[in-house]
Amino acid sequence: MTIGWYLAVSAIVFSLGAVGVMTRRNPLVVLLCLELMLNGANLALIAFSRMWGNGDGQILAIVVMTVAACEVCIGLGMIVALYRRQLPIDVDELRELQG
Amino acid sequence: MSSVLFFIAGFGAIAGAVGVVVLRDPFYSVLALVFHLISLAVLFLLLRAEFVAAVQVVVYAGAVMVLYVFVVAYVGEESESLGERLRGSGPVGSGLRRAGAILGGALLVELLIALLGTGLTAIDGYGAGYEPGLGGGPHQFGTPAYIGQLLLTRFLLAFEVASFLLLIAAVGGVVLARRRGGLGEEDERDMLTPLDLLRPLGTGTTAEGVGGVLRPVQGRLEGAPRSRPSLPDAGSRRPR
Repeated sequence: MTIGWYLAVSAIVFSLGAVGVMTRRNPLVVLLCLELMLNGANLALIAFSRMWGNGDGQILAIVVMTVAACEVCIGLGMIVALYRRQLPIDVDELRELQG
Repeated sequence: MSSVLFFIAGFGAIAGAVGVVVLRDPFYSVLALVFHLISLAVLFLLLRAEFVAAVQVVVYAGAVMVLYVFVVAYVGEESESLGERLRGSGPVGSGLRRAGAILGGALLVELLIALLGTGLTAIDGYGAGYEPGLGGGPHQFGTPAYIGQLLLTRFLLAFEVASFLLLIAAVGGVVLARRRGGLGEEDERDMLTPLDLLRPLGTGTTAEGVGGVLRPVQGRLEGAPRSRPSLPDAGSRRPR
């Protein structure tokens, strides 16, 4: 398949992730949809890396995976802290930064 | 053959993404994301990124998703599906949600125009030249040796910064999810230790002297029925 097909798949995955981030209420699912967006970007990076025959895109994809792992760690820590304080697990209810 | 594999894996990736967004139970969303990640790893293999595909399966679909499964099992709450959310009401109106979905569609159209309508003629090609059996040297595209050499020479700074970022995130995760307020609640502090089974209460140990197990002893002296402090019930701490 040509590179354009891979880019189309990455665009679809990224848009689906964006829709999920904007429409879902559970912060766990919002984090999952953020992962979708990062994975769409990763697929585009690796497709471009293949296009030029250059490994820089793959390195950038690995760095993006690292950042995604950090984001998951912090985000899930925040969700566990919310649950411990018996706050609602719902991004609509959590509209104040005050603890 | 590679076309067939591309369509299977691409369809799987998109179906997994749809599942993550649409499914009601967060646990099923996580499983759909695992399916999506494995399909994406197949696409990476088709793009000759063997090392990144392996990292995707081992680290992402393995380790990170286990973290998700644990937190979903801990928090575990039903959430309403996308359809109900678009129709239903909440503190934030459903009109905003519908606008979000429309914005996502517009984003897809814009991305497709931007990606496929570029002047890059290489988009319609099959990528740069690649010979699978190129002697197995260190410069073979996408192999671990190739990635490792790039990471430790040209991208050494990014490598070090990423490792430091992981350290900070690990410390931050522990700090965020720890128990607050010293030793915790009252009933968690008076846990039963193995020593309590060996000796009766009120025998003048140092722990009683500093007030550790004094409260049950006073209760017994006043004639109240002697009750051992029980283990905290996990079910009583659930919100709502």
